[in-house]
Amino acid sequence: MRNADVLRFARDAAAGYPLRTSLSVLAMAIGVAAVVVLTSLGDGARRYVVEQFSALGSNLVIVLPGRSATGGFSPANALTTTPRDLTVDDAFALTRLPSARRVAPLAAGNSEINANGRLREVVVAGTASTYLDIRSFKMAQGHFLPEADWSRGAPVAVIGSKLQEEIFGNRPAVGELIRLGDRRLRIVGVLKSVGQGLGMNTDEVIFVPVGVAQSLFNTNTLFRVLIEARSRDEIEVVKREVAAMLKARHGGEEDITVITQDAVLATFDKLLRALTAAVAGIAAISLAVAGILVMNVMLVAVTQRTAEIGLLKALGARAATIRNAFMAEAAMLSLVGAITGYGLGLFGAFVLRQMYPVFPAYPPDWAVIAALATALGTGMLFGIMPARRAARLDPVQALMKH
Amino acid sequence: MSVIQLAGIERVFHLGDSVVHALTGLDVAIDAGEYVAIMGPSGSGKSTLLNLLGLLDRPDAGSYQLEGRDVTTLSPDEQAAVRSRRIGFVFQSFHLVPRLTAAENVGLPMMLAGIPAAERAQRVQQALKDFGLDQRADHRPDQLSGGQRQRVAIARATIMQPAVLLADEPTGNLDRATGDDVIHLLEELNQRGMTLIIVTHDPKIGTRAKRQLLMEDGELRHDSARAASPAAAT
Ligand SMILES: Nc1ncnc2c1ncn2[C@@H]1O[C@H](COP(=O)(O)OP(=O)(O)O)[C@@H](O)[C@H]1O
Ligand SMILES: [Mg+2]
Repeated sequence: MRNADVLRFARDAAAGYPLRTSLSVLAMAIGVAAVVVLTSLGDGARRYVVEQFSALGSNLVIVLPGRSATGGFSPANALTTTPRDLTVDDAFALTRLPSARRVAPLAAGNSEINANGRLREVVVAGTASTYLDIRSFKMAQGHFLPEADWSRGAPVAVIGSKLQEEIFGNRPAVGELIRLGDRRLRIVGVLKSVGQGLGMNTDEVIFVPVGVAQSLFNTNTLFRVLIEARSRDEIEVVKREVAAMLKARHGGEEDITVITQDAVLATFDKLLRALTAAVAGIAAISLAVAGILVMNVMLVAVTQRTAEIGLLKALGARAATIRNAFMAEAAMLSLVGAITGYGLGLFGAFVLRQMYPVFPAYPPDWAVIAALATALGTGMLFGIMPARRAARLDPVQALMKH
Repeated sequence: MSVIQLAGIERVFHLGDSVVHALTGLDVAIDAGEYVAIMGPSGSGKSTLLNLLGLLDRPDAGSYQLEGRDVTTLSPDEQAAVRSRRIGFVFQSFHLVPRLTAAENVGLPMMLAGIPAAERAQRVQQALKDFGLDQRADHRPDQLSGGQRQRVAIARATIMQPAVLLADEPTGNLDRATGDDVIHLLEELNQRGMTLIIVTHDPKIGTRAKRQLLMEDGELRHDSARAASPAAAT
């Protein structure tokens, strides 16, 4: 029998039993769609995180007090004591590095803001004028912290967009006097909304000069020092020079950690890729289930068409021909199921993107290829047994089944 | 010369503990172009014999020569090839593939044999015309009458121009008049040189054949071509 005829015969056979055929196609389609949608979610999460990190600002190098890299980003870390403090002087010394374009100290803590008759807990970030450009923030109103000596701070503050909304509503905040802890500060600017970053929601943060923050919290230490390298290529140089300079300043102790956005990003990237692969693996189980369904459907087909198989043998069909015809049918069910499922999955991912526009839910190529290959593979694999059973049928017995 | 030569054929079925001798000590020779009716009571081994002749079944003992070639020792694929080219089957229950049209059913043996579609189409068209089915080419079996279905089946059985045409109760599912039409059709094919072997328990049909084989309990009781056989006396 010619290959084209085998395919046509298998197609007509599948079309001859619409319910059976659509059921197994559906099972296969659901399996493939599950892989496509779930990996879209996983990979979407990865891209989302990567984009968020990129939004931190370009060429960013971050200095943390303490030796290990597991400092994390929690503002609570600001209150934990570390072997040797990272000071404003340390940060200022770093401004002399030629490879560093900008340096911003960051002291952080919690305090209470009292303004416009309202009282609420806020995260306070003590920093300097350079912070705005390092983080690529934009002002909604007014201006950011003025350029000034880091050890002495003017009594001014810049608030995030959410704070402005919650405390002042529609009223302009710039120029307003507020109370932060025991300090009276004047609001000089409001940031444009940026969302999450560095473990805090910037929209809910109040920025004050680093000196103000340190006297507010009665501390000398910094939570972080942020450095912007002159170029991407100089990130490593900055890292080396920062480590060397601080080591020298700290009496030869290597008691700080320098991390780059790239390193953090790579960790998250790896983590979320692994997560996506795991999710794909779980979804692939549904493909195996679909494969077993295809097998059952094909077994039913062999039983239903026993007389036909006997006839084909009587008409001169070889065992291999019958096996091929049934294998082709199983492969077709899987193929159509896989393609349908791929379409469904893409549509599902599209719907996800419509619902959550910030979430880039696209299936990764490897997942699509793996899903389609697994669908075809399992379909064929589970098609072998029924096809061989058909080929082995005794023609006389088969012909009697009618 | 004999197209079929059976010698010492035995066929035994085991059903649990019981042993059924479906065919015992069968020696038959059938010449090319003969018209043979196999008759006998139900369970006498007629279908078993026909299945052996059609290479759908293998004997437990004895030899079967088809057109001078021992076919019992052939591999399954070689037997399939012989079935494809040298043997045509007609069944009591037609055995048409329900999802295929009349034309597709007729073309099935050629498709299985790997004959190109263009040649198939042409030969199917000719066959449908010969069997008076050209108006029914695109009809599915459930849109055909019993007689038309059996004619499609006969067209299918002969499309590969086999040497031997085997028919197991071909009129069993048909009314008298339609059955007669089918028998006439088969006889016409026989007159054109095809060896025709019909299993029937209808004496009217049986006596039309040039030669009758009477089966009983798996044995050949009477062969009209060998009138001197002991069974002939009873
Ligand atoms: N596959 C089989 N298994 C067991 N016994 C069988 C089988 N096929 C036929 N027989 C037995 O062989 C005998 C002959 O059967 P068969 O050739 O079908 O008779 P007929 O066609 O003359 O009615 C019967 O007794 C039947 O029960
Ligand atoms: Mg019978």
